[in-house]
Amino acid sequence: MAMDTLVWLLPLPPLLAFFLIILFTYPKKGLSHSISIGAALLSWLGSMVVFFNAVGKGPEGLGEHPFGSAVNWLPVGKGWFQIGVAVDPLTAVVLFFVSITILMITLYSVGYHNYGQPAGDHDRPGLPPEGATQDGHKVPSVEPLYSRFFGFISLFAFGMYTLVVSDNLLTLFVGWEIMGLCSYLLIGFWYGKLSARAAMIKAFLVTRIGDVFMLLGIAFLYSATGTLNFREIFFNEEVLHQLTTTPAGFLGLSSAGLIGILLFIGTVGKSAQFPLHVWLPDAMEGPTPVSAMIHAATMVSAGVYMVIRIFPLLSAGAEHGALTSPMVVIAIIGSFTALFAATIAVAQRDIKRVLAYSTISQLGYMVAAVGIGAYVAAAFHLITHAFFKALLFLGSGSVIHGMEHGVFHTGDHLDAQDMFNMGGLRSKMPVTFWTFLIGGLALSGFPIVTAGFWSKDEIFADAFAHGHLAVFITLALAALLTAFYTMRQISLTFLGGSRTKAADHAHETPWTMTLPLVVLSVFAISFGWLGIPEHFPLLGGIIPNWLGEFVASSLPHSLAEIDFNWIPLATSLTVALGGLTLGWLIYRDLPQGAEDPIKKWLGPVYTLLENKYYFDEFYDRVFVKPATWLAETFTYKWLDRTVIDGVLHSVARAAQVIGSFLRNKIDLPIINGFGDAVGELTAKAGEKVRFIQTGKVQQYMLIALVVAFGTLFYFLTQ
Amino acid sequence: MIPLSWYLIFAAALFSIGLYGVLARKNIIAILMSIELMLTAININFIAFWRYSLPGQMAGQVFAVIVFAVSASEVAVGLALVISLFRRVKLIAADEINLLKW
Amino acid sequence: MSLGLFIFLLMVVVTIVAAVAVVTSRNLVNAAMWLMVALFGAAIAFVLLQATYIAVIQVLVYIGAIAVLIVYTIMLTRDPDEKHVPGVNKQWPIAAVLSLVLFLGLAYFYYTLPQTNVLAPTLDGDLNAISQLGALLVSPNAYVLPFELASILLLAALIGSIVVAWRK
Repeated sequence: MAMDTLVWLLPLPPLLAFFLIILFTYPKKGLSHSISIGAALLSWLGSMVVFFNAVGKGPEGLGEHPFGSAVNWLPVGKGWFQIGVAVDPLTAVVLFFVSITILMITLYSVGYHNYGQPAGDHDRPGLPPEGATQDGHKVPSVEPLYSRFFGFISLFAFGMYTLVVSDNLLTLFVGWEIMGLCSYLLIGFWYGKLSARAAMIKAFLVTRIGDVFMLLGIAFLYSATGTLNFREIFFNEEVLHQLTTTPAGFLGLSSAGLIGILLFIGTVGKSAQFPLHVWLPDAMEGPTPVSAMIHAATMVSAGVYMVIRIFPLLSAGAEHGALTSPMVVIAIIGSFTALFAATIAVAQRDIKRVLAYSTISQLGYMVAAVGIGAYVAAAFHLITHAFFKALLFLGSGSVIHGMEHGVFHTGDHLDAQDMFNMGGLRSKMPVTFWTFLIGGLALSGFPIVTAGFWSKDEIFADAFAHGHLAVFITLALAALLTAFYTMRQISLTFLGGSRTKAADHAHETPWTMTLPLVVLSVFAISFGWLGIPEHFPLLGGIIPNWLGEFVASSLPHSLAEIDFNWIPLATSLTVALGGLTLGWLIYRDLPQGAEDPIKKWLGPVYTLLENKYYFDEFYDRVFVKPATWLAETFTYKWLDRTVIDGVLHSVARAAQVIGSFLRNKIDLPIINGFGDAVGELTAKAGEKVRFIQTGKVQQYMLIALVVAFGTLFYFLTQ
Repeated sequence: MIPLSWYLIFAAALFSIGLYGVLARKNIIAILMSIELMLTAININFIAFWRYSLPGQMAGQVFAVIVFAVSASEVAVGLALVISLFRRVKLIAADEINLLKW
Repeated sequence: MSLGLFIFLLMVVVTIVAAVAVVTSRNLVNAAMWLMVALFGAAIAFVLLQATYIAVIQVLVYIGAIAVLIVYTIMLTRDPDEKHVPGVNKQWPIAAVLSLVLFLGLAYFYYTLPQTNVLAPTLDGDLNAISQLGALLVSPNAYVLPFELASILLLAALIGSIVVAWRK
């Protein structure tokens, strides 16, 4: 099949799966997950075919002529607005990781939702399953809304594929919004919990803020250029030149600058950058596969993908190496977020919260990389992060499942997600341990053998080489903290002795959960070797920098090679290894019931970090409460109930008064009275006049003749 | 020698007397007799006009013939009614037959 | 005065007197007799007007049939208290006035009308061609239709009076 047609077909299997599951196979759990996995498998196969064809075509060929086609969609003026698909090198590599992670996570969800287990004793749809009693023991129970989950996951996959393969900003935005919807639905999957309901609304509204600005940017771009097609804008010198030279009339920015910032705000929302980061930690209310897929590997990556995609627009007008105003904004926000989130992650107790803040932090890395112009590094880190973050989240889900086993066994009521209740799980859950360790090391940037090292190092190298030292130092600090909290997490969870009985009784999870962990960890190790820079000492040149060349050909102009420098390498090695060691030393053998040691050392700062710098409270006070007041009191109570309803009631009462007046004073007496009077008068007159009828014929004749003669007389004498 | 108007006045007198009888007499049969007087007066009127206008044509007498027929039938029916009435209420005074009064 | 005038005046007097007697007699049989006289006077008038056929019919039909019929009915509907009951009803003054007014009006009208102050045209030839009258009565171009209708009317009256006076 031709590549062009195949690309169109990639988003379809998951969409079909969604409809089939929701409409037809909803009651059948096994059939539903089979359809979902089957669809993910089909799309993965299709993506692999496209990917290998793309690779085969080579960087120059694909960069110049991407796969894909367009169709006429909306008639506009004299022409047509076209939508279509396009696979250039960037899309190809993104497809690679998106398809495999979606497949792995869909498979994982089968085990996560306890397929094959009995239905729970007190399970209700909308609440997490709480276990069933079997042979006297408590065992995990199957999720009541099992099929619904797979339906939504498939819909989400459709949205992601649409976003990735689209060749214009409009269908990208369509996919963006579909994913936003699925994020809302899946965060609130257990809608019976108040915290989940609050979290789903928070996620939707906060990302909405970003989406509004992004839509403004899209509209502005369309009105300035008349198109939204990537190739027509980003590869067209004239268009870019025109955009950079026309002022936007706002803060002295050029059109390109303003559009770039507006579109970036969409990323700020979707990829949870400061200040719109507040929704991502709360999104951990959803089931762990959701956290893995949406909030680690794919949806939040979509924001970064979009900003990488519009890189030519962002960098237009600047000299090579210098930064334009949007890029400065992006770099500042990205690096700040990276450090900011890392500091919060240090003080968290919940295993998923740590990973959530870690995600925010790593997304900051990618965003900062785009901000400083490190196009390839950003794409590289995007891909590797997807692999190891998905791995870490799935691993944490596995850990939580294991802990819940222990909780059922012992009957204790403790939080299965609190790391301070875990410990020593290394021996109980070995596969989970080793894969989690690989993921954690990748996250920290452990040298050579992990993919994370190569991608992070490239960002450092780029920042240093172009002289953006502020960014470099901030990211280095963040990397130190990243390594520290990662080792903290691993040590608390897996090393030392078990701190609770529940942890003692944990055991490994089924193959549907551990297989994806293994597959992802393979990628977490090996993918980095595709991007080894040429000038790296010893290892550079053995494997060519395939990724760098391939991805760089997505840009119209080639990027300059960066010369190798020891300083960034040394920095990254120091912070990574240093942080890991520090974390291991402090947390490797924390006894039961012990306080977090850094609590003493940081003192009040720890409380600040634990409470996320009180941002949620701040937003609540400044935005949420006034909005609620406006809605409930001002609009509802005052305007709607009092003013509008008051007017309506007054009108009604006035109508009633007028009506009753008309009825009682006019209608009844005058009109009815008149009608009655006519009848009564006629009757009374008749009663008086009837005596004329005497029944005597001669009298009648007489009267007739008298009248006749009278009339005749009258007329004759006229 | 006799002008038409004399015959007509004579017929008018007869008619008026008949009218008086119709309006004033109590007995129904007396009323019928008065009606006969009126009809006769009418006939005299017709024939007088015939004689004084177109005596050559017999067509002027046709109406008088018809009037005879009509008055005969009317008297017959009227008398039958009187008999029928007498059988029921045993009296034939017109001003006491007032069942159709108010 | 000529003979014609004398007979005319005599006829008028007799007829009027008889008519007045008809309407004023308390005794019904007397009234019937006076009616016959009045009708006979009318027959004389017809003769004076040279409508001999009509005069004969008058005597035959009116006096011979109708007046006799009236006498029969009087006999059949005798009221024993008849003599003590007034012959006229309560409204007789008004009726008298009315009749008088009518007569005076008509008389004045005829008297002053120039068309009525004419004398009879002289006749020559056969005046009363009864065959001519007969032919008129049955001729489709003349008066056959009223003639037939009159006969139907008589039929209806005949049947009607039988039905009305039928003794159950």
